[in-house]
Amino acid sequence: MAKVLMKGNEAMALAAIYAGCEAFYGYPITPQNELPEYLSKHMALHGKAFVQSESEVAAINMVYGAAGAGARVMTSSSSPGIALKQEGITYIAGAELPAVIINVMRGGPGLGGIQPSQGDYKQITRGGGNGDYYLYSLAPESLQEAVDLIKESFDIADYFRNPVMIAVDGLIGQMMEPVDFDREVPKWDLLPKTWAADGNPQGREKNIINSLYLDPLVLEQHNLKLKAKYDEMRKNHQRYELINMKDADIVIVAYGSVARIARTAVEMLTEKGVKCGILKPITIFPYPDQAFAELPDSVRNLLVVEMSTGQMLDDVKIANEGKLPIHFYGRVGGVVPEAEEIVQAVLKIVGGENNG
Amino acid sequence: MDNVKTIYKKSEGLSDFNLSYCPGCTHGIIHKLVAETLVELDVLDRSIGISSVGCSALNYDFFSCDMVQAAHGRAPAVATGIKRVKPNTIIFTYQGDGDLASIGIAEAIHAAHRSENITIVFVNNAIYGMTGGQMAPTTLIGQKTTTSQGGRDAHIHGLPLRISEMMATIPGATYIERVSVHNPQHVQKAKKALKKAFTIQKENKGFTLIEFISTCPVNWGLTPKDAIDWAVENMIPYYPLGVYKDKTVGEES
Ligand SMILES: Cc1ncc(C[n+]2csc(CCOP(=O)(O)OP(=O)(O)O)c2C)c(N)n1
Ligand code: SF4
Repeated sequence: MAKVLMKGNEAMALAAIYAGCEAFYGYPITPQNELPEYLSKHMALHGKAFVQSESEVAAINMVYGAAGAGARVMTSSSSPGIALKQEGITYIAGAELPAVIINVMRGGPGLGGIQPSQGDYKQITRGGGNGDYYLYSLAPESLQEAVDLIKESFDIADYFRNPVMIAVDGLIGQMMEPVDFDREVPKWDLLPKTWAADGNPQGREKNIINSLYLDPLVLEQHNLKLKAKYDEMRKNHQRYELINMKDADIVIVAYGSVARIARTAVEMLTEKGVKCGILKPITIFPYPDQAFAELPDSVRNLLVVEMSTGQMLDDVKIANEGKLPIHFYGRVGGVVPEAEEIVQAVLKIVGGENNG
Repeated sequence: MDNVKTIYKKSEGLSDFNLSYCPGCTHGIIHKLVAETLVELDVLDRSIGISSVGCSALNYDFFSCDMVQAAHGRAPAVATGIKRVKPNTIIFTYQGDGDLASIGIAEAIHAAHRSENITIVFVNNAIYGMTGGQMAPTTLIGQKTTTSQGGRDAHIHGLPLRISEMMATIPGATYIERVSVHNPQHVQKAKKALKKAFTIQKENKGFTLIEFISTCPVNWGLTPKDAIDWAVENMIPYYPLGVYKDKTVGEES
């Protein structure tokens, strides 16, 4: 298939259909509405389930039910709705069910605004709900990357039996770009879902989907089993991109839309003779600390750029192990940093023509 | 041995686990009725039950079909999620009054509103059993609980919610009945109600809810016998038994 021009939210919806998504449950919220709107029509055309639920709380619990029955299932929302979904998300992680959750982030706290933001970073990367669990969290910078990652995310969720969070911001949801839906994505080795409570017990014991363990020793073992899964993600499934790293003097650390804006900033800086690279986390959980170990010796400074007041800084500090000075530039409230602002922030650190 | 006949045995809809309920609690009878109904309608091997949060939270171990444990109040949403991807299954939720009438009222109403083809087994014991006897939306006026120690007062706590009456007003609901299990006659009636509800589901005719007047001798501070009497004398007058909605009336049978 040739590339098609699509709006981000619709492209992400179609990617889910390509991935074999069998059910979508969600509740309207800006700036992700085109995603459920698209699916309300197209899931039915493909003979799949779509329900506009009464709330995000209900939506995520519908996801829990369908995932427990062995179906490939997705929900999407934006920040306040994701906050409301945390109860269901911890149950899904606790019961070890696969599901895909898209968060098209907007400014907060509270009702906040409807413009792009990365203000949910901590909520996404620390689990978000109660208890010891994490979400495998992917943060694409373009529609093509979002489509590729969503297509793969259903496999990842099935493989780990854990929810996968697709963390994008309103910019990606709303932009239009040409996308190729037929690009190959990695296929994971998947086992049949023999654990599913699908009401079809032919030749097997009954199945139970559950996150309740009243015996502390048993619950401890369950937690350790989950931990082993997260350790495996940390050890072998970090994803990142190192961009323009040759002889880099300074490195911008940025993910999602901001990484993309940083690419433009790096082009502008190159013209000014500044050697600037980009470290782009693709997984924000597991955080790609391995990328920091690969930075060339030429690097003298790190500049973290985010659409938040610095939520990723803690992870950068841990990954940097105190080696390099860390600087920060952020815009919040739905304000998207421009490439020129990032250029100025870099020049301020490395000392350039506009420094002062 | 000759002349020995099995005239009664535990339903194969129940597992070999010992029920965790207090002596005299009517949760046990309700489990038996649900299990027998699934077997008699020949749907046990395609049934999925949804356990809720309350004294019945552990009943995923008690029924012998596939089971899913749901968050507090969310069982009808979980049921919806399953039924939409597995339309040939028979789905029931088993929920207490705290679970359904309080924290989960939105999920219950909207499952009915969407005419989800599921059956809710709603157990009204007028109290929060599992957490130690707090007031529920269904606690009666004057009834003492750990959070209404002077007795429920309409001015402070509002009047008890009548769930069957309320759910019957929802256009999407197909069948709503309130039953009791305080004596063998009513146990038989309750079983008939369950059979009706699950038959409606089997025939894809929509949302059904059977409300059970149930007891909580422990948190009511009564013996099992007195608890039964208390339910008959106090609950049934406020929560009259009967069919509150039946969209199948007039259909050929
Ligand atoms: C979100 C959440 N809030 C509160 C609780 C604590 N909790 C457990 S059971 C229960 C009440 C259950 O009462 P009811 O539904 O009437 O069932 P019963 O125990 O009487 O059978 C509560 C509040 C919980 N588990 N989860
Ligand atoms: S606490 Fe009450 S409702 Fe719970 S098992 Fe005991 S008697 Fe039954």
